[in-house]
Amino acid sequence: MSDGPADPPLLAAERVTRTLPEGVTLVADISLRFARGEFVAITGPSGSGKSSLLYLLGLLDRPTEGRILLEGRDTAELDAEELAALRLARLGFVFQFHFLLPEFSSLDNVLIPIRRLGRLDAAAARAQAMRLLGTLGLDAAATKLPEQLSGGMRQRVAIARALANDPALILADEPTGNLDTKNAAAVFDIFERLVREEGRTVIVVTHDPDLARRCSRRVHLVDGRVVSDGPASG
Amino acid sequence: MRLLLDLARGMLARRRRQTLVSVFGVALGVAFFIAIAALMRGFQTYFISQIIDVAPHITIKDEMRDPPPQAAALAHPEGAVAIAGVRPQDRVRGIRAAGDKLAMLEAMEGVAAAPVLTGQALLRYGSRDVSVTIVGIDPVRHARVSNIQKDMTHGRIEDLRATANGLIIGEALAQRLGVGLGDTIAAVSPRGVTLSMKVVGLFRTGIQTLDQQQGYALLKVNQVLQDRSNVVNQIQLRLRDVTRAEPLAREIEARFGDRTESWEEQNKNFLTVFVIQNAVMYSVTGAILLVAAFGIYNIISTVVYEKTRDIAILKSLGFTERDIQMLFLVQGIVAGLLGAVLGCVLGAVMIEGLAQVRFGVEAPSGSDRFILARDWRVYLLASGFAVLAAGIAAVIPARRASRLDPVQVVRGAA
Ligand SMILES: Nc1ncnc2c1ncn2[C@@H]1O[C@H](COP(=O)(O)OP(=O)(O)OP(=O)(O)O)[C@@H](O)[C@H]1O
Ligand SMILES: [Mg+2]
Repeated sequence: MSDGPADPPLLAAERVTRTLPEGVTLVADISLRFARGEFVAITGPSGSGKSSLLYLLGLLDRPTEGRILLEGRDTAELDAEELAALRLARLGFVFQFHFLLPEFSSLDNVLIPIRRLGRLDAAAARAQAMRLLGTLGLDAAATKLPEQLSGGMRQRVAIARALANDPALILADEPTGNLDTKNAAAVFDIFERLVREEGRTVIVVTHDPDLARRCSRRVHLVDGRVVSDGPASG
Repeated sequence: MRLLLDLARGMLARRRRQTLVSVFGVALGVAFFIAIAALMRGFQTYFISQIIDVAPHITIKDEMRDPPPQAAALAHPEGAVAIAGVRPQDRVRGIRAAGDKLAMLEAMEGVAAAPVLTGQALLRYGSRDVSVTIVGIDPVRHARVSNIQKDMTHGRIEDLRATANGLIIGEALAQRLGVGLGDTIAAVSPRGVTLSMKVVGLFRTGIQTLDQQQGYALLKVNQVLQDRSNVVNQIQLRLRDVTRAEPLAREIEARFGDRTESWEEQNKNFLTVFVIQNAVMYSVTGAILLVAAFGIYNIISTVVYEKTRDIAILKSLGFTERDIQMLFLVQGIVAGLLGAVLGCVLGAVMIEGLAQVRFGVEAPSGSDRFILARDWRVYLLASGFAVLAAGIAAVIPARRASRLDPVQVVRGAA
């Protein structure tokens, strides 16, 4: 579960600060390392910088100071296109809102990142998308449009899309924020399986202390700084 | 690329009605362009073919483009000598060494040449006098440079040689004089020579000035009538390839020094009008397409605005700025293409509709309907222009979309 001594961690933030041009500091001086197979909860009060940190870790935003290393590579040296390519192939995002494209079926939504990456031919891409939908219990939803699905199903389709290109790292920003307890637990069941059975790393921002407790590690933020980092059950 | 097309289709499908409206706008612009171009070009091509048919392609005249320099001016090239009111010393001599020039021209590939002496004369029949231009021709050669044989309603051009002092005149002129085929009339030249001439042929070109004021006689006969023996004051040329007329005319003028005019130069007035007509046509249809382009700009902008979330998620999934830009550019181009295709169909329908119109009056051209040019290149031009305009219209919103920061959107949507 942990990296060997020579291996760089999957993801590392080194003294990362993100300040807006207006002078607002979103996160300050954050240093964190994430190994393969970790299940991390990021918690903290509203406005503490959880989302900001997640966008930085997910290469959607760039730090104003410090650096983010993905698999040992300093991402500050990469241009926008290279970052996009990394997001496409290595990362998967899940947000509070599902962000499914409303004109396309679940299957087509999941196919978007697969087709964009272009590593699979049409048949294999379809098989991959169907397999993902299947493991999330969405076989029947494949041909349905997002508006025809329940909130929980939509969020699971969004997770399937995040998993489309077999990413090493899944980043989720309050993925259960719009879900009831049962559906929220189901989402965490999926995350747990991704970590335990498939060895992926999941970093999830959550408000819910019960859900946070299901993770292996918990990073707590206050005012853009890490105030505690340790086992979640503590 | 297939993926971008699929995404573009999905996004446009959401705004089906608006998309249809802007597609239809493009189609109208394209259709009008095609129909108007067919009308105008049809008319212009007909007009030009008439000119090319009737008039010589190149006319060499016994004039210089500029008056010959005077001795005094030559002697003082830098001097402040201005000479005005110079009168010609003697009457125009005609084209010098016309025979040699004719031989040189006839040796050229694809060129037919004919010597001509034109001059005024008064035709007198009974108590009627009509002033006309007599064109003295060599029938064999002239048949090669002009279509008068085709326009002749009675007699043949060779009949000039079979009859002493034969004359061919327009039907309208014959009517005015009250003469018919075989009648003998008196021709009086400004030099005072009088010949009695026999009408051996009649023609009708449809062009009033020719039909009422022109007659043809043998070159030799006209030389006698005009009292200018062996003089030729025009060499008329006909080319196999009309488009060579202007450059060839310049070449001949440079070589011989005689003023040489192509049909284009002689009809400059009409051709200038055509240029203006075309400019008006292109600006009007251009304006329609511009409006259509605004329609496309509008819909792409709307889609970009409405699809902020989709753009953000696509970018966070790993789509590059280029991808997003292409995605919306493709939408504009697809709308432009649909409009172009629809416009071509509509344009073709409009042309066939115009072709059905009958004026109910016999026009001088012998046709009572629109003369339409059906040219596939016009379709290509209109379509190309429409797609280009649509593409340009889509560029601005597409760039805006590509610059969108997904973080801002994702934050706002939570
Ligand atoms: N564009 C911005 N301009 C100004 N302030 C901003 C901007 N984006 C974020 N902030 C501020 O930065 C701080 C951190 O925001 P962030 O969204 O990261 O917090 P969060 O922990 O995710 O909060 P929540 O639990 O409400 O989602 C907040 O105080 C927020 O108001
Ligand atoms: Mg947040």
